[in-house]
Order: sequence, then structure tokens, then C-alpha cells
Amino acid sequence: MTRVQDFRTGDTPLPDIVILTHRLAREYDMGGEIVRALRGVDLQIRRNEYVAIMGPSGSGKSTLMNLIGCLDTPTTGEYWLNGQQVSDLPDDALARIRNKEIGFVFQTFNLLPRASALHNVELPLIYAGQHARQRRAHAAEALRRVGLGDRMEHRPNELSGGQRQRVAIARALVNQPSILLADEPTGNLDSATSQEIMGVFAELHRQGQTVVMVTHEADIAAHAARVVTLRDGVIAADQQKAA
Amino acid sequence: MGLGQIRVQKLKSVFSLIGVFIAVTFLIGAWSIVNGMNTYMTDKFAGTLVGVNTFHLRKRPNFTPNVTDSTWRSWARRPRITFSDADAVVKGITVPVLTAWASDDRGDVEAGTKKVTQVSLTGATADYFAIRNIKIEQGRAFSPQEDRAGAAVVVLGYDLADRLFEKRDPLDRVVRIHGIPYRVIGVAASRGNLFGISLDKFVVAPALSPIQREVNPPGVIDALMVQAGSEPEMRAAMDQAEAIMRSRRHLRPRQDDNFALETSEGVLDFWAKINRILMAVGPGLVLISLVVGGIVIMNIMLMAVAERTREIGLRKSLGARRRDILRQFLAEATTIATVGAILGIGAGIFLSIILNVATPLPATVAPGSILLGVVLGGGVGIVAGVYPATRAARLDPIAALRQE
Repeated sequence: MTRVQDFRTGDTPLPDIVILTHRLAREYDMGGEIVRALRGVDLQIRRNEYVAIMGPSGSGKSTLMNLIGCLDTPTTGEYWLNGQQVSDLPDDALARIRNKEIGFVFQTFNLLPRASALHNVELPLIYAGQHARQRRAHAAEALRRVGLGDRMEHRPNELSGGQRQRVAIARALVNQPSILLADEPTGNLDSATSQEIMGVFAELHRQGQTVVMVTHEADIAAHAARVVTLRDGVIAADQQKAA
Repeated sequence: MGLGQIRVQKLKSVFSLIGVFIAVTFLIGAWSIVNGMNTYMTDKFAGTLVGVNTFHLRKRPNFTPNVTDSTWRSWARRPRITFSDADAVVKGITVPVLTAWASDDRGDVEAGTKKVTQVSLTGATADYFAIRNIKIEQGRAFSPQEDRAGAAVVVLGYDLADRLFEKRDPLDRVVRIHGIPYRVIGVAASRGNLFGISLDKFVVAPALSPIQREVNPPGVIDALMVQAGSEPEMRAAMDQAEAIMRSRRHLRPRQDDNFALETSEGVLDFWAKINRILMAVGPGLVLISLVVGGIVIMNIMLMAVAERTREIGLRKSLGARRRDILRQFLAEATTIATVGAILGIGAGIFLSIILNVATPLPATVAPGSILLGVVLGGGVGIVAGVYPATRAARLDPIAALRQE
């Protein structure tokens, strides 16, 4: 289960490795002082893994998430996503990758308040260039998948917190991404609803989805099959849950 | 929360488009006045005052304002047009024309106990009515015999007849001008008004009748009117008249005319001058409004971008490229501006209708102005939106997503 590829610069990742980072580092220039948020991370995540990334404030987990999600590019090191090196792509190319390969789920849902659930889920498809009829069909399908088939025309303010997060998850899934990338997905939910949402992730994982979750809560991370712990910009621990 | 948001958005949208709205309203309204005036001047005004294919022989031009003092004084020194001048010109023109003498002044007209002041008094010859296109509704104009004899008969204007005689038949009644009685032989049909001034408050009597003393010193007329059948014939007649007068006045080739031959062109020239000024100032005002409108739109869009930073970050995280965000905000700015322009067109049309009905100003909407309004509106939207849209497109998604 833990066949880690021995990766060197010049290699390409094995086909079933969705995420591979090699000496991934990110530095920021904060008014003269250099902050090294990530100091060389080697991470490999296979297809259909369920991984939680944990760490305290300042550990670099947000930075790692942004890099994995192609919202940012590393200062040094390589990032291979689904067999393609994306570490030094230009903005427009990254946007395309985000659209096709990454499904974001945020702590604060980030839904458009004045649009229906259906239109919210359609957004990634709009940027993918799909035509209206196709879009609606795919979006409706995604909403049904998360159990909101009967709430498609509702606005976010007409939905509960749990339902809003489901809409966000449907939106993340609609373009069939390689990875579902969730940032504290239950941070704004009560414990009952949190369990509900964790259930959704579990079901999606069971259906074959690769899930990467960033969290600082240990009991949420416990839902994942593997927990990667960051500290001070490097991986401090990488543990598979016992079967 | 939802309804409140919408109301706030509507208010912002209203503010955004006000500049463009005002600019386009003004554009349509002002242009419609100019347009209406143009038609009015050429069709009605010039035709009514001077007549179609007509020129007037006068001592000095009647319809040219804004001349220098020295010009005015030199005009005043000119000799007047005399009866014999008029006779000579009439005899000498070979082109088929209608001619009429005309002398004008203002005075009071009485009938019985009623008196009307500030009436236009005219002493004219028989063809005056035809040249000025004055139709006689009741009775008749004077005959050539009455003309030659200088009989004390008059034709009354429609309004004047109404005011002096009300429902009674004016024909064969007597009016007095300066105590002298004249018999009413005809009443003219209503001619309407010119810029709100009635054209129906006049009397016309034969030039050689006692009215001559009211309007001019003896032997002198204000104008000889000559009407030809076509423009080229009029020009030919004008040339002949000029030659005759120059010869009578013993003018040498290098000397200017010491008389005036005035056509409706003179009147139109005056309007053309005003037109040029309006055309210079008008677009300037429109432009200023549009610039202000554009700045307003730009500022409100900048506010919108700041408020929607999170949303922009989200869209980028879902795969929106810079140009997608650019297009989105540019479209919003253009829509606001175009809606403002369309509302401005509606308001401008409404304004022009009101002006037409409520004021003497004639206003007709020019179709070109509508098209220009839409184009300008859209254009302002695009130009004003470029900066905010670019700012939006350049936002860093990570920072944007962190925004409150």
C-alpha cells in the first residue's frame, strides 16, 4: 500500500499517482524578510486515496493546499498533477487545470448568494465552455449525487449550512476532477451536520474519488485513511490508518 | 437579507447610470430642438417672412442682425426705395414675375368702441397677397382699380377681425386708423403663428390709400417684393433688378450696391450662424456629461470589484481565467451604461415632445441622435469599465479568497 516511488528530477510519476511533489518549496518576501512557508515537501498521493493534511498554524498546510490546488506556484521544486508537470505553468494554463482537475470545497462554502443552487454548480462548466443544455444536465446530475435533486432552484439563503456545503461539493464534482480538495469543510457546521458532510465525503471516496482534506481538527482527520502532518514547512508524519 | 441586497444593488445601479442618462437625454433633446428648428426655419419661417422664390428690394437688409455700428450707419445713410424706383424695376424685369409694393408699420385700429393696439399696418399693391401666400377667407382682396385709385379699403387679419367684430360679419363695416375710415372688403384665413407670435393681427390697404401716411413718408416704400416661378428665374430677375437700380443710382462698377436685395437665404444665413454655435457648444456639453457619467460608472464598478473580491477569487479557483473575469465586469459596466443610454433616449424623446407642445420651440427627434445615444452609451460603458475590470482580472485568487 505504501509503495512510494523513488522520484528524482527527470523522472515521470507512475500512472496511478495523482499528486507527486518533489522538494516542493515556497518562499515569500515579506518586506525584505524571507518567509519560508514550505521547505521541501515530498508527497505522493495515489488515485482514490483519502488523505487528511494536518498541522498547526504556520505549519505550511495552507501553502501546501494552495500549491496542490494550483492556486499558487512553488518557488522551487516540482509538482506533478495527474502525470503533468504544473509547477511552472502560466496563469491561464493553471486556471484551466483548476477547472478540469481540482474540485475545491471551502470552509465558508463560497456560493454566489444571488444565484440558484443549480447556477452555482454550473459555474465551473461555464468556464469549461459547455453549452447551456449540457451544463444544466451535468449540474443537475451533480446535485442529485449529493442528495439535493429537489432543491436545485433554491438560493443559498434558503438552504441550511449542511445543504450549502453539499451544493459546494456538487460544484466541486461537476467537472469530474482528479482531486476533491477540501479546506476545513466542516469548520462552519455544527457537529451533527459535520458528520453528515463527512458521510458525503466517505461515499464519494467509496465511489472512486480521490479526496484531500486540509484540517486542524484531529477527529475530522480521523475520517481519512491517511494523515499527513506538517510542521514548520516540512512533513513531520505520514500515517496510514490501520485497516 | 436578500431583498435588502437587491434594493441596495438597484440604488447603486441607478447612481451608476445617472451620468450617461443625463448626457443622452440632453443629446436627444437638444438635437431635437436643432432638428426641429432647421425644418421650421427652412419650411415655415423663411417661406413665411420672405416667400418662396422671392426677393425683396429694400434700402437695407431686414433680417441680418449683428452688424457693426459703422455698417449700420452706412445703411442708414442710403436713399430709400421710391415709387419710381419700384416702377422702373417692375418695368425692366423681363422674367415673368409677380410684384408688389409693401410698406409696414404698427398702429392702432378701431371699430366702433373697440380698439386693438400694436396691429401690423401694411400698405401694399394687389399681388401682395399672392406673394405672401395670404388666403382670403371672406370677401376679397383689392382690385387693380382700387389699387390704382388708392381706395380706402382694407383686408383684415383673422385675429384682428375676431377681436374687432367678434361674431358679427366684418364685411362692409368700417374701421378707423388714425381717425380715417376704411371699408373692410376681406378677411384673411388664419395663418397661425411664428414662434408663438400671431401672424393674424394685421390690416392691408392699397399702397396709395391714406395708409401710406401711417407707414412711410410720401413717395417712398419699404420693399418691392418680386416673386418668380423658380429659383433660376428668381436669380435672373434679381440680376436685372440690381442692374436697373445701379443704373438709376448712377453707381460706378467698383461701388457697392446702396440698396439691398434680400431673399429667404438671408434669414436662413442668420439661423445657420446660430446653428453653428449650437453645434459647437452642444456636443461639448454632451461630452462633459458623458465623461462625468463614465467616471461615475468607473468608481461604482471599482467599489463593486472591492466588494466582490471574494467572489472573484472563487471564480478563479473554479477555473476562470483573467479574460473571463475581465469580460464579466466589462459586460456589467457596458450594460449599466447602455441601460442608462436607453432610458436617456426615452427621456429625451419625452422632453422633446414636451418642448414641442409647451413652448414655441419646434422640436423633432432626429433618428441619428438615437443611434448616437446608444453608441455613446455603450462606448462610455466599455471605456469606464476597462480599468475596474482589469483590476478585477489581476486579483490574486489566494488573497481574494481570504477577503471578508
